[in-house]
Amino acid sequence: MLNRFITSREALLIGAIILLLALISSRFPAFVAPSNLANVFNDTSPLVLLAIGQMIVILTKCIDLSVAANLALTGMVVSMVNVAAPGLPIAFILLIAVGLGTLLGMFNGLLVWKLAIPPIVVTLGTMTIFRGIIFVISDGKWVNSHEMSDAFKAFPRTDILGLPVLGWIAVVAVIGFTVLMTRTTLGRAFYAAGGNPHAATYAGIDVGKTQFWAFTISGALAGLTGYLWVSRFAVSYVDIAGGFELDVVAACVIGGVSIMGGIGTVAGALLGALFLGIIKNALPVVDISPFWQLAISGGAIIIAVALNAQANREKGRIILKRAEHAS
Amino acid sequence: MKRRTFTKLTAGLSFAATMLGSTAMAQDDMRIALVVKALGIGFFEAAAEGAEEAAAELGGVEIIYTGPTDTTAEGQIEVINSLIAQGVDAIAVSANDTDALVPTLQRAMQRGITVISWDSGVAEEGRQVHLNPSSNALIGNMIIKLAADHLPDGGDVAVLSATTTSTNQNIWIDEMNAVMDNYPGINVVATVYGDDLADKSYREATGLMQSYPDLDAIIAPTSVGIVAAAQAVVDAGKVGEVNVTGLGLPSEMAGAIESGASQSFAIWNPIDLGYSAAMIAHALASGAATAEPGAKISIGRVGSITLDENTSAAMADPFVYDASNIDQFKSIF
Repeated sequence: MLNRFITSREALLIGAIILLLALISSRFPAFVAPSNLANVFNDTSPLVLLAIGQMIVILTKCIDLSVAANLALTGMVVSMVNVAAPGLPIAFILLIAVGLGTLLGMFNGLLVWKLAIPPIVVTLGTMTIFRGIIFVISDGKWVNSHEMSDAFKAFPRTDILGLPVLGWIAVVAVIGFTVLMTRTTLGRAFYAAGGNPHAATYAGIDVGKTQFWAFTISGALAGLTGYLWVSRFAVSYVDIAGGFELDVVAACVIGGVSIMGGIGTVAGALLGALFLGIIKNALPVVDISPFWQLAISGGAIIIAVALNAQANREKGRIILKRAEHAS
Repeated sequence: MKRRTFTKLTAGLSFAATMLGSTAMAQDDMRIALVVKALGIGFFEAAAEGAEEAAAELGGVEIIYTGPTDTTAEGQIEVINSLIAQGVDAIAVSANDTDALVPTLQRAMQRGITVISWDSGVAEEGRQVHLNPSSNALIGNMIIKLAADHLPDGGDVAVLSATTTSTNQNIWIDEMNAVMDNYPGINVVATVYGDDLADKSYREATGLMQSYPDLDAIIAPTSVGIVAAAQAVVDAGKVGEVNVTGLGLPSEMAGAIESGASQSFAIWNPIDLGYSAAMIAHALASGAATAEPGAKISIGRVGSITLDENTSAAMADPFVYDASNIDQFKSIF
């Protein structure tokens, strides 16, 4: 059991994160202070939430490129609702955010399930549609911090035991989805549908429907993150979180989620997101030229993907060698 | 009268005489049309307000505030054609397209109508004068002045820009660095790039406050950056220690002024811009000034402009917004 853990992708990532933190602290010791690490985790929480949803989608051999646009649309809707009805309790705002995000995710899921359109095409399309809808409903205008109610802005910032609510939501999601993925029929169906769709069908799993649920979960998480995002940055406009879907996919890939489907864990997605989040938060303080920052972020992703490929390739080679020896 | 100061412009006198003759024949108020990108935009409504102010100050001037219902060049061409038919004395336009309006505006000028562009310019052959809200040098000086004004004893400031390749921001920062000698005691400790993304700008601002615990001000000459930096300062509990300033819009920055994260910031003042456009149009149409390189035109309370070789000019320093005037402007733009 322990042996299996040490050789796992999660252990490798934990090692990489510790090494990364050690490197950063050699240049900027205050970075590893517990309060700062809590801030980094808090800052990375939106990425963690989206990465969990994306991981489930990728498990089923799909991809959801519309998560950032879903986040932006939901964020714009809840902030406009907040401007129109400042007295509305946050519970309702959360309900609207998750509800709308779920609907948008279901829309993706239905197109993939019922019309059997390739997911990358569906979500590329809906990504543009969602951004377009934001422009239409907002008329291209911003919703600004002074227009949002204090309660609306305070919710994700509320401090509980040293970690803001935003961070706690990520913690709860990680625990909740770990249980879902390892202990429920639906969770195992995600692995089966992506790992071997034909076998899954013979086992009585409706692959299309499973993919639909994956998109729905991803949408719900994106919707929730939409509210948290506009509240955290206290601003909402068409382009918020532009290009963030690529960070989310990168977090999954770094976390060992196989783009071919069937392989991946919630812990992996969490660690992948944290790895990216630490780099994003550390680059501004370690005094590296901005011209190098992009190259470093990109380099980290390539290394992780190379490790992924390497890990998968080794298996194949061993089998071939055995076959050679046998002959 | 200010007009007397222009008597030295003898070259323009004959032209002026014909212009005065034609307006005298009309026996009417001088009619100046303010053509905007689209109706119903707060920024332009405010500019119209400024133009009315200029009209009241000048006397005998009627302002026609008009524009298409959406921001298209076609819509503006229709509007300008109808203004030519009405025989207005001057057209001051903020163009939706640099080139598309040129033929129509040339036709207007052939009919003796004074044509100037303001805010968003028209190609040189399509107008007599173009009025820029400000200039790169004035903006570069203003962004450091905003920070320095609140640091009488000097201090450390950092710049939070857009992307490393944003042309405007890079020019402004260069212009800022060129005048640093005028602000002794102010040190620019770092320049970071938020890529005009709220989350990256926020993170960069947070990083600045961690790397430079004694930081006194963050200068963000970009509207996304300044808002994100202000929020980062509020969340870090550094309101009062770190002043966020730069270029932003009043509607977007109202919260930051309210929270105290930003003492002041700057951007053009649409009221002054409309006022100046009307003043220039009046000066040219009445013959008090001519549109030629080097000409100096008085724009009333805003001061005066000098036309460059392209007969364009910069109005003034960006206008400073702070707690005293933010409420007036936050609903405008």
